[in-house]
Amino acid sequence: MLEFINRMLGRETGSSKTVAKERLRLVLVHDRASISPAMLNKLKEDLIKVISNYMEIDESALEVNLCQDEREVALVANIPVMKMKRDYVNKGQ
Amino acid sequence: MGEVIVVTSGKGGVGKTTTSANIGTGLAALGHKVVLVDTDIGLRNLDVVMGLENRIVYDLVDVTSGNCRLKQALIKDKRFENLFLLPAAQTKDKTAVNPDQMKLLAAELKEEFDFAIIDCPAGIEQGFRNAIAGADRAIVVCTPEVSAVRDADRIIGLLEAAELMNPKLIINRLRPAMVKRGDMMDIADILDILAIELIGVVPEDESIVISTNRGEPAVMDMVSQAGEAYRRITRRIKGEEVPLMNLDAPKGIFDRLKKLVGIR
Repeated sequence: MLEFINRMLGRETGSSKTVAKERLRLVLVHDRASISPAMLNKLKEDLIKVISNYMEIDESALEVNLCQDEREVALVANIPVMKMKRDYVNKGQ
Repeated sequence: MGEVIVVTSGKGGVGKTTTSANIGTGLAALGHKVVLVDTDIGLRNLDVVMGLENRIVYDLVDVTSGNCRLKQALIKDKRFENLFLLPAAQTKDKTAVNPDQMKLLAAELKEEFDFAIIDCPAGIEQGFRNAIAGADRAIVVCTPEVSAVRDADRIIGLLEAAELMNPKLIINRLRPAMVKRGDMMDIADILDILAIELIGVVPEDESIVISTNRGEPAVMDMVSQAGEAYRRITRRIKGEEVPLMNLDAPKGIFDRLKKLVGIR
């Protein structure tokens, strides 16, 4: 659609290879998004490790999922925060 | 102890068989003892590309199912006495062989040969699993098209899942003139997407059609660009550092005239 509008306005949308590359980039995100549960678990553990440096989180309620729609794939994480770590806030200033 | 190299791509028609024939012949031309194995059971083609279709008696399935000995099924090449072909069966299907049998065959071939080049069928089903079963390393063939690159990406994932790490990429049928005007993905674009190591680039070349018509691999053609590209790939497979060919589009008459009169 955007391409169509651009064409109506006489805008050049660039060479076809740019289109090819962009389309490939998107489709491969989808293709590669079928990651294994083991990898998702590893990702969760790593996330907990990093975030725990800054705040206390409720690990049991942590949710990490890959969500897809037509245009993009997003990593959606729902991480309940129990407490901020005060000394880290101070160190950061 | 030899090495088993599988040539694969996912998508059909990108040049796996041509690549296998040329790599195998190229390695044989350098003096190595080489066997080409066609695993595309039911759709065999490596025999015609090599010009050996009239000599087939036994095939891969005969060997794996014990109908004949390996030596009986190997067809000696016309040009090199150190080059052999193990043809695929034409009247069976991919389930006639299983990955365990292929592993055994690969082990036997490694005893006898310096290199075994496995021509993999298109697809990701049993034919693919058979072809990669006994392989030590993999070469992925891909053309500069979205469909081929996408399938190559999938294949790379499957190879790594099967613990065939660090597959190498051949970009086949590149058209420098189209790249130049921005209508074809270039080498950097494809490497950026697939993130694997390049082992060669073969330009689109009419000489491939001609050499396939004749059943003579282009790697023996000292004039053609594709032949040179395959010779370089062959040396890289052996571990040599060989620079990429200069694939600039041949200059048209106008470019040459412009250069002559000094307007660039």
